[in-house]
Amino acid sequence: MSSSTHILMCPPDHYGIHYEINPWMSTERQTDHGEAVKQWQKLRELLVTTGATIDEVPPVEGLPDLVFTANAAVIFQRQAVLARFKHSQRQGEESHFRRCLESHGLEVIETPGDFSFEGAGDALFCGETLFAGYRMRSDATGQQEIGALLGVRVLPLELVDPYYYHLDTCFCPLSPNEAIYFPGAFDEYGRRVLEEHVPHLIPVEEIEARRFACNAVVVGKTVVTNHGCPCLHADLQDRGYAPVETPLDEFVKAGGSAKCLTLRLDGEEATDWKN
Amino acid sequence: MSAKRKSDANSATEPAHNSIEEVEVRGHIIDSLILPKVLDCITAGGGSFHINNVTIGHDRTDPSYAAIEVRAASDSELEEILAQIADHGAVPTAGGDCRLVEADITGTFPEGFYSTTNQRTEIRLDEKWLPIADQEMDCGVTVDLKSSTARCVPMSDVKKGLPIVVGHLGTRVFPLERVEQDHAFAFMNSAVSTEKPKGVVIRQIAKQMFENRAGKGKTLLVGGPAIVHTGSGALICELLRGGYVHKLFAGNALATHDIEQSLFGTSLGVNIQEGSLADAGHEHHLRAINRIRRAGSILAAVDSGVLTSGIMYECVKNKVEFQLAGSIRDDGPLPDVVTDALENQRLMRASIHDVTFCLMVATTLHSIAVGNLLPAWVKVVCIDINPSTVIKLSDRGSFQTIGLVTDVEPFLRALVAEVQRLEAAAS
Repeated sequence: MSSSTHILMCPPDHYGIHYEINPWMSTERQTDHGEAVKQWQKLRELLVTTGATIDEVPPVEGLPDLVFTANAAVIFQRQAVLARFKHSQRQGEESHFRRCLESHGLEVIETPGDFSFEGAGDALFCGETLFAGYRMRSDATGQQEIGALLGVRVLPLELVDPYYYHLDTCFCPLSPNEAIYFPGAFDEYGRRVLEEHVPHLIPVEEIEARRFACNAVVVGKTVVTNHGCPCLHADLQDRGYAPVETPLDEFVKAGGSAKCLTLRLDGEEATDWKN
Repeated sequence: MSAKRKSDANSATEPAHNSIEEVEVRGHIIDSLILPKVLDCITAGGGSFHINNVTIGHDRTDPSYAAIEVRAASDSELEEILAQIADHGAVPTAGGDCRLVEADITGTFPEGFYSTTNQRTEIRLDEKWLPIADQEMDCGVTVDLKSSTARCVPMSDVKKGLPIVVGHLGTRVFPLERVEQDHAFAFMNSAVSTEKPKGVVIRQIAKQMFENRAGKGKTLLVGGPAIVHTGSGALICELLRGGYVHKLFAGNALATHDIEQSLFGTSLGVNIQEGSLADAGHEHHLRAINRIRRAGSILAAVDSGVLTSGIMYECVKNKVEFQLAGSIRDDGPLPDVVTDALENQRLMRASIHDVTFCLMVATTLHSIAVGNLLPAWVKVVCIDINPSTVIKLSDRGSFQTIGLVTDVEPFLRALVAEVQRLEAAAS
């Protein structure tokens, strides 16, 4: 795709289940490190074939979740609103992400208030609107303050199922007017907001949502997901997309998948401001 | 006292919802359905709400804002609701505790003191809202830190060292219409008119006094001498004997002319029965005052048989508390008249705590003086032949006043007939 596609990733050198901060994680169910490295490499190669440039944040011992770069910040034009992690286990990642984002020429902005905010994990542009997940990891008040800071409309969506603790585990904008979503992760209000503000919504079955179908990386018309999401892939093909699957089970053990492992430094595909 | 008053003030609408906190929510609260969601959360949690203020953004990127008053049956229920809605971004608006400054000069407030209204007010201390006792307009607020209580304090009662609330931070006022929507006289929303259907208002007044006689509250009558001049003294005596008036505030004039009538059959020298001028009638009021002064007091005059009829006589006989205030034009005055204006204010202030209904009849200055002391939730009906009396009362902040522009005598006659009708219906 476009040579300007820049994706930030972090090699899984120190990745593992060292603590439990979501229902997917169990220190009893460890990752296979060799397999995790292979899966991460395969994802990276896939993304390179789409034409994306991959930038890397150096891995840090003791910060196993640094691989989930989606949580580093939300990117708006050349600004990056830095995450403020809810759990102390991940707060050490902030300074590393800050340095990395600054080194890529982004203007790094601290969140305006004292609240938790987990970057693109909970804040996704679809068109000109920033859809923001709250209650599990990010605070609704903070999302509104970020919207005011960036001068964009923010529509907070309450996440009601702890298995979908970040918005990017249950919602994935494909273009300014299309998105994948798992209805069961939202309450009635959230579903109504999505139905009213996203013209084309592709619902995902629960069985595939559990395979992190919504945690997809979109580069142009290519949509990369974990393997095991055939229904979604068929729907995507019907809508003119080129879905690609790659095994990411070792990362699902920690509650993450393709999207969680990436951060679009040039802004997500579905944002209005880059189209 | 304050807690009871707070509860009374709310009893008309939502007797259970006494715990209150204002929250604000901002952002794209309409498009995101956050506002309806917060409101639904409040009601689902057993609370109720009132939207104090809403500002809707014009453009898609403009945020909206809503200030919502959340009410619940108890502090714990309120806390639970607040915790719930905080997750959706609704946060308390209270910026912090009120600021206290010690009075540096006796009889004065510190500069920038919080000046009270007659509406229910609370202050925030140690992150908790406290009701203010003795609510009265044009006062300051002092706090007893040991007991964590607050009360209104008039300027003249301030002692050096008294902690006084300064500024508006940590203070909140509850406008009357929100706490007492079913005001007995709610249908009479405009202040004064000669065009109002008087019969309906009189029935409401009679009902209020009838209920108070049964123990619901206390009725205060503030009366001017025109009651006696117009020959209505006997009607007031009916109400006093019937137990419909619990307190009387008046001046030297009402008591003097009432006693003059009792002793000489005249009021200001005019024969009440015939309307003719009595011989040397102009001396009667002074002779009446002199006779009471010789007796020592009105009570002594009744006990010794000097005074055997009239309003003041009935007050003594029916144990109706009366408070007579002096003025610079008084003759005498009667020995019961308190001539120190500040002392009068203190005595009236001490007496009105349990008053729930006030009838002001044919007196301008006394009505304004009492109106200044009464909290806004005490219902006030002002009867005067002159509309300007009622207008003055409203203009000075006693906006809860219902005005009835009418001659005193037919009003009182109709009122007595109405309470008697209620009595007959009840028996």
